Amino acid sequence: MSPTQAAILSKVQPAELVEQPLVTNNRDFNWVTNKICRIVETKTPTWWWVCMAMALLTASFTGMGLAYLVSTGVGVWGLANPINWGWAIVNFVFWIGIGHAGTLISAVLCLLKQGWRTSINRAAEAMTIFAVICAGIFPLFHVGRIWFAWWLFPLPNANAIWPQFRSPLEWDVFAVSTYGTVSVLFWYMGMIPDLGVLRDRAVQRLKSGVHDGSNWLTKGMDHFRKYFYAIFAMGWRNAGNHWRNYEMAYLVLAGLSTPLVLSVHTIVSFDFAGAQLPGWHTTIFPPYFVAGAIFSGFGMVLTLMLPLRAVYGLHDLITQRHIDNMCKICLGTGSIVGYAYIMEFFIAWYGANPYESFAFINRGFGQYSWAYYMMFGCNVFTPQLFWFSAVRRNAALVWVMSIFINVGMWFERFVITVTSLANDFLPSSWGYYSPTIVDIFTFFGTFGVFSVLFLMFVRFLPLMPIGEVKYVMPQGDPHGHTDHEKGAQH
Amino acid sequence: MSAPHAIIASFPDTPSFYHAAEKVRDAGYKKWDTYSSLPVHGMPEAQGQPRSKVPIFTFCGGLTGFTIGISIVSFMNYFDYPLIVGGKPFFSPVFPFPIMYELTILLSAFGTLGGMFITNLLPQHHNTLFENDTFLEVAGDRMVIAIESRDPKFDAQATRQFLESIGGTDIEEVTA
Repeated sequence: MSPTQAAILSKVQPAELVEQPLVTNNRDFNWVTNKICRIVETKTPTWWWVCMAMALLTASFTGMGLAYLVSTGVGVWGLANPINWGWAIVNFVFWIGIGHAGTLISAVLCLLKQGWRTSINRAAEAMTIFAVICAGIFPLFHVGRIWFAWWLFPLPNANAIWPQFRSPLEWDVFAVSTYGTVSVLFWYMGMIPDLGVLRDRAVQRLKSGVHDGSNWLTKGMDHFRKYFYAIFAMGWRNAGNHWRNYEMAYLVLAGLSTPLVLSVHTIVSFDFAGAQLPGWHTTIFPPYFVAGAIFSGFGMVLTLMLPLRAVYGLHDLITQRHIDNMCKICLGTGSIVGYAYIMEFFIAWYGANPYESFAFINRGFGQYSWAYYMMFGCNVFTPQLFWFSAVRRNAALVWVMSIFINVGMWFERFVITVTSLANDFLPSSWGYYSPTIVDIFTFFGTFGVFSVLFLMFVRFLPLMPIGEVKYVMPQGDPHGHTDHEKGAQH
Repeated sequence: MSAPHAIIASFPDTPSFYHAAEKVRDAGYKKWDTYSSLPVHGMPEAQGQPRSKVPIFTFCGGLTGFTIGISIVSFMNYFDYPLIVGGKPFFSPVFPFPIMYELTILLSAFGTLGGMFITNLLPQHHNTLFENDTFLEVAGDRMVIAIESRDPKFDAQATRQFLESIGGTDIEEVTA
């Protein structure tokens, strides 16, 4: 090596890539505990009441839609031959898909040891559960005579007929009810240590006498918290032994939820792919549906978390790194979805099946082409903007784009369901589907149902897993960082 | 004053807490535990605890779920009311696989949550440690090691000195 080369080499240093901390501003443990607990412990903010009132009003639309449906019959929906699957299935798939991001964050990212999941996983899991509740409304009520919905389950009924287990629709009953139940179990188990923290803080306040002189309501609320959280915390003591079993159970649940979440949307896609209708009968559906579900779910996580971050000042916990990562997942899954759209067209041409070719040309240029372009624009072009860090850093823009993703993914399900049915094998029976006002009310209202549940969650339950957030902080590392007390800010 | 239930000592940060736990383990105490509001990486080893038994419960749950799945499908569609669908066999382990799959996961999850409660001996709403004000601060950032009086090596004086020698502060006796 010549001296010149050596001189250059000595100057060239490997780039120092600084890992962005997951909790910024060098916060300490107490700050994290206080920040998260005070959301629950302080007086209900005015905006919460306003949002709650609006959410309840919106939710009442679902109530009205369903009451009218049950009292009249499914004829009040816009379904008519040949389109016998309309908004109900579209809305069902839309809401179920949204739920998938919560499980992805809590389970898949846990197995992949992604520390950034900690501050968003609780809210995302809550989103999953509430989305599954909204999704469940549609298959439950589309049977019309809702009081017979229990026939979906393998229970003996008056006709002595059991469910038919070859049907993907029956698989769906099992997949979705398992998904809902396991999500609740996972969510609840993750919450136990935090409920213990809220319980202990209430007891501390009651013992310390901070309530002396304060009104009965403030004190009464802490008495309520002391018992309410204690019941659900089950006597959690933060013991090393508790944590050991808890961590194992958490890991196992993550391991169980991962194949579960993949199976749920796979089975949902079988509802379509199991049929012989052109446009549905494709093998690309399972992976394409799962990617789409994760895409729409991350869209919804961004829609929910960005306002919460702003309202509660959670910028040190949900940092730019978190938003970057979520945007990148949207970009990745959005690109997979875009690839699937194009691949469907390619296969329709390459497969040389005239019905299949027609179905896809009809999607792009037929009577529903407006919906197709809506879908394509929102789902394929919007996430591509996330390549630019300037876009990812603009929270308001990210929020607007997350809405586009939600809209686009709803239209994807609409396109798949309705275009294939409207123009099937027999041109004489072709039709055009339009929703009725009852369809619109029922679907619009589910956003209210979702918001009511989510607002209740934000107000009464710990928004983030406190222990897990502390675990990813440098102070939580048992080997090294001893600057816990020194540099920390209160 | 009644007999002490335990002696608790606090530690200022995670590394000292972790190393103190190793020393308590090495000193041969059996009835003791660490308390912190976060799971500390490697703490089970530092406490000399074996691997958690939760997966056994998961396995039992999963096996039950799988068995229930295969039983209900074969009973309902093959035995009790043979259902002809497309001239296919009444039963095969392939077509109802999603049912077995979902039930395996469902009951594994119940087994796991139940296993967490059983291995942790929860619910147990009362514990003497909850009476102690210092202990309640574990909810914030306090990290505590508690050695219980039912430990054979427990000696009010010697244990207190031992906890002091490994760096413990705010050493207190918790009485029932």
